[in-house]
Amino acid sequence: MVYEKVVEVLKQHSSLDGLEVTRETTFKDAGIDSLDFVEILMELEESLGIELELEENFENVGELVDFVSAKVK
Amino acid sequence: MNFQILGTGSYAPEHIVTNDDLSKMVDTSDEWIAERTGIRQRHISVNETTHDMAYQAAMRALDDTGVKPEELDMILCATISSDLASPNVAIMVQKMIGATCPAMDISAACSGFVYTLDVAAGYFARGKAKKMLVLGAERLSKMLDWEDRATCVIFADGAGAVVLGEGESYLSSKLTAKGDDDVIKIPYYVGLSPFFTIPGEKPCINMKGREVFKFAVNAMYNDVQEVLEQSGLTQKDVSYVIPHQANLRIIDAVARRMDIAPEKFYHNIERFGNTSSASIPIALDELNKAGKLKAGDYIVLSAFGGGLTTGACVVRWTK
Repeated sequence: MVYEKVVEVLKQHSSLDGLEVTRETTFKDAGIDSLDFVEILMELEESLGIELELEENFENVGELVDFVSAKVK
Repeated sequence: MNFQILGTGSYAPEHIVTNDDLSKMVDTSDEWIAERTGIRQRHISVNETTHDMAYQAAMRALDDTGVKPEELDMILCATISSDLASPNVAIMVQKMIGATCPAMDISAACSGFVYTLDVAAGYFARGKAKKMLVLGAERLSKMLDWEDRATCVIFADGAGAVVLGEGESYLSSKLTAKGDDDVIKIPYYVGLSPFFTIPGEKPCINMKGREVFKFAVNAMYNDVQEVLEQSGLTQKDVSYVIPHQANLRIIDAVARRMDIAPEKFYHNIERFGNTSSASIPIALDELNKAGKLKAGDYIVLSAFGGGLTTGACVVRWTK
């Protein structure tokens, strides 16, 4: 569920059309900068009812999914 | 009784610093700055103090109204960057324009202008003022670490002013403060006391960009809705939202979440950068002077800043 949500929000904020997302997709490759990333975290907080630390840095989708999944449980 | 806005004025230093200029000073680029902030250039003072800029904005606002300096009952200036600890910026403006009324500064960082309008409304409500001059003036360039690429590309100098007269056009307001000295902090120069033992911190703007972004988007989204509700208006009634010009990405993110058309969110950060308490009155002056405002328009002002403070209000334009 978290994975699907992350992919959905990521696609909304990516500047790239038809982006193929896997766990290995990096935010850099997806055209996501630091402020897009904050917006993604804000939307995940809202839709999943959790609080996330903003100062964490992640390379790729898999790392973010693991981080968020740990908060949801 | 509260007030109506009789006229506006603004001033920014002549010297313009472009993103390309900054890319020669720190590791950055026009593309990087523009993408992340919307800023293309900013005005930076070479030989003008905060009160020099405030004076120019005040004169232009008085010219816009025909109100004479001696008619003013109070001068208030929102600022965190007075060049003098005393006298304050408002007193220097009083001296320079030849007014005789009381004058004081109010410190609430980037929310300062909206906070100050709310203070002004109190003077009108108590019948203590018939005409007031309210300013936002900043020389933030003196509070920047010009080697810190995260902040020196954002902040800038300028001043804006409004002349207020008696009226019923200040329809609603909301001020907040959140007791935080971690997300945005600007230490003072520590001073020369031989007795004081706490070591000084660099007297420059420290900011956690991500935290500010999140706080700002949530605060503006909530504040704009709340002041509209208080005044019995809907988002459809709004002619313009004038947000504090902190970062175009913040303005865009707020606009995306609201039912107010994005083009109604006025921005000039491209040309001015973030001038803290001066940003809203400069933007208001631009709209006024460009003839974009008509009598009866509902304008929402919304700001956030260090403190963490927020301030928003609805004003009906009567000019």
